[in-house]
Amino acid sequence: METVIANNNFKSEEYFINMGPQHPATHGVLRLLLTIDGEIIKKVEPDLGYIHRSIEKMCERDSYQQIVHLTDRMDYLSANINNEAVCLAVENALELEIPDRVKVIRTIIGELTRISSHCLWWGVMGMDVGALTTYFYGFRDREMINDIMEETCGARLTMNYNVPGGLMYDIHPNFVNRVKAFITHFKTKIPEYDRLLTDNVIFQKRTQGVGILSKEDAISFGASGPVGRGSGYSCDVRKHHPYSALDRVKFNECLETAGDTFARYKVRIAELWESLSIIEQLIDNIPEGEHRVATNAVIKLPKGEFYQRVETARGELGVYIISTGTKNPYRLKFRSPGFSNLSLLNHITVGGKIGDLVATMATLDLVIPDIDR
Amino acid sequence: MTNEALQQLITSWVPEIECTEEGSQFLTITVVPAKLHDLMRKLKETPETHFDYLFCLTGVDWGQALGVVYHLESTIHRHNIVVKVQTEDREHPTIDTVSDIWATAEFHEREVYDFFGIQFNNHPNMKRIFMTEEWEGYPLRKDYEDEINMIIK
Amino acid sequence: MNVPLSITKTIHEWLFSAMNPSVASGVEMVLIALVYLTIFAVLGLFLVLLERRVAAWFQLRVGPNRVGYQGLLQTMADALKLVSKELTGTDRADKFLYNLAPYFVIISALMALAVIPFSREFQAFDINIGIFFLIAVSSIGVIGILLGGWSSNNKFALIGAMRSGVQTISYELSVGLSLLTMILLTGSLQLSEIIEVQKEGWLIAQGHIPAIIAFMIYMIAGTAETNRAPFDMVEAESELGAGFHTEYSGMKFAYFFLAEFINMFLIAAIATTVFFGGWLSPFGITESLPWLGVFWFLMKTFVLVFLMMWFRWTFPRLRVDQLLTLEWKYLLPINLVNIVLMALLVWGNLTLKF
Repeated sequence: METVIANNNFKSEEYFINMGPQHPATHGVLRLLLTIDGEIIKKVEPDLGYIHRSIEKMCERDSYQQIVHLTDRMDYLSANINNEAVCLAVENALELEIPDRVKVIRTIIGELTRISSHCLWWGVMGMDVGALTTYFYGFRDREMINDIMEETCGARLTMNYNVPGGLMYDIHPNFVNRVKAFITHFKTKIPEYDRLLTDNVIFQKRTQGVGILSKEDAISFGASGPVGRGSGYSCDVRKHHPYSALDRVKFNECLETAGDTFARYKVRIAELWESLSIIEQLIDNIPEGEHRVATNAVIKLPKGEFYQRVETARGELGVYIISTGTKNPYRLKFRSPGFSNLSLLNHITVGGKIGDLVATMATLDLVIPDIDR
Repeated sequence: MTNEALQQLITSWVPEIECTEEGSQFLTITVVPAKLHDLMRKLKETPETHFDYLFCLTGVDWGQALGVVYHLESTIHRHNIVVKVQTEDREHPTIDTVSDIWATAEFHEREVYDFFGIQFNNHPNMKRIFMTEEWEGYPLRKDYEDEINMIIK
Repeated sequence: MNVPLSITKTIHEWLFSAMNPSVASGVEMVLIALVYLTIFAVLGLFLVLLERRVAAWFQLRVGPNRVGYQGLLQTMADALKLVSKELTGTDRADKFLYNLAPYFVIISALMALAVIPFSREFQAFDINIGIFFLIAVSSIGVIGILLGGWSSNNKFALIGAMRSGVQTISYELSVGLSLLTMILLTGSLQLSEIIEVQKEGWLIAQGHIPAIIAFMIYMIAGTAETNRAPFDMVEAESELGAGFHTEYSGMKFAYFFLAEFINMFLIAAIATTVFFGGWLSPFGITESLPWLGVFWFLMKTFVLVFLMMWFRWTFPRLRVDQLLTLEWKYLLPINLVNIVLMALLVWGNLTLKF
């Protein structure tokens, strides 16, 4: 810390404050070095690496089946979508023909994961601006999805449901009914979310005109997911590079043009509706068939480079595999959405108050293990 | 723009460039470090190419050489390109920064510096991002060894 | 000292017959202090439990329900734990002020409790400047918060303390002015007399429109005075960790915590006294049973306390500049106009009396 202070050229009235790694608003072990004048933020510098496990190095050691299990531990709230990304990359490299049933189930599970992640985000968002009750409402609805996941694959957070070639098991017989019950339940709950938080005047005043990110900056900073779309930047990977069964469903890309904290908030709420609609379109038409195609016990990818992009709840996840034809990747890079989204934090919070920083950080929806891979 | 047209255009700018579509779903070009910054600026600013979105920046240890791979996309034309650059110097590898062209590169280049030790010239804040300043060595290099923290096979 | 409750009257007479008057009044003071300390502790602990149960109810939970019947002893157990905890402190803190701060907060709350009329005869200290005394004493509490934040050598605590200073100074005005509006109706600052006036109808009904405006301003400003959400800038856990009491532990923390809840009770109790007729029963239905006054008083107070808890568990927090905008640009001008309105009302004899 002394070195940090020595490196800063403080003007008079400015002081240094250390936010994190143990701080309620940083959602994990993110450390922010703030330079503050009174309440006004002058500079935000993230200090990362408190839980870096070097997953990329571990991947160079592991087989492709093992790598899938590591991806759960990156963005643990989008665990299924992360799994899917690696599986798709491997399947595309092997040119495997994946059954329709698998594609549809993967899409449904992926959207359920997105809803569950956004539920948690909504709860935490409320908590960050001081409305503590939202947390429990978000968790109530998330719990139903966790129960569905538990019944389907035996795990609630780190599912490992996808394997290269398909799914670990077929879906549980109750799956369809429980998902339908969830949809009916959740459709009555989103308006409740709106009444409690979105329409609240204090909340709107806190978030409107705060943390403004222009479209040009969003693209330049590599913003993706709701952060980019809140600035009017069409960056939904599901639209531009559809994967699994996303090319056969109709859904809107939720765009807002204001670019402020409230716009990012509204994008996520709109995405809840879109995800529900995607699930509704698919849940009645899960095709019959195999849940998995056989792969070799030891998967060897052909020599070459493979890139797979998916849309997690936080934005664009890229899996870049460089293979030399052996059973391990030569280099595997995860382009995590949180890392790019974090890089614009300083840009959009300077000049705001401490309260604004917290509200803005909440709408970036950072998951620290995703940044510290 | 199709890959062929892109390839023609880029070769007209920098003739000695290597282009290939083999072993990858994207058009891949390889450029020498000295030409990198100019090429990148042109790729972004020329209206026909307009690669304004750097969606992935990867450091790779190729054995002898250290390299950086840039994945670019245009948000208007929706075409992609991969730019590769390599340097043979393992002691003091340096490559020009592209953080003045794409702001996202600032953090990603710091990550590459942290794990591969590649210095980026003109980078505004070239220091380690994940690991402590005192850390010795660059963990993602193939010749990195750490007997305490690594499980060696 | 004015304690003419019948049990206390017996004790009073017995004391004065048993020993000489100066010793007797000394002993009596100590006894009263002990009674009020007990009220303070029990009330504080009960309010904490109530808050936790109310919060749980809002948040689809059950809340504490294991220790004692329906968790009634839970806060007792918590208090025991806090008493037995080690008192940690920061290095290079200003030790004297650091230790002094909790007492400022708790003593101001206790002093204010003394003038609250729980019923006609249950009031420790009925002075003729009651309201003035309450406002004056309750603003001492902020000194404790400022000292605590400043002396604990922690920047988060310091920011919290400074916010608290700004906030209390601003909202004190609104609390004072909205109470002043009601004083125009009663013509007295003495709390017992304010209640006497309301035998012809609660003040909120007597003063109709201006009184309702005054009540709303008072509740907003009162919530801000006690540093509770949506005005909990001082603690703002998502921004400042725990704000001014970040570095306090054990019983010192408990003092801040209890004082916060007692202050909430005080704000509600003042509102009950000034706007809702204190211990008077609605429409005089239990006028023949004066001891029921305590019940009515607590009943009304707890409804208002519940209202404040409702605020806390529903609203997001304001930002510090919005907090000041609300006070100086909205509440204060409205309040000033409201006083004039009330004066006209009283002058034109337009009050409603039953």
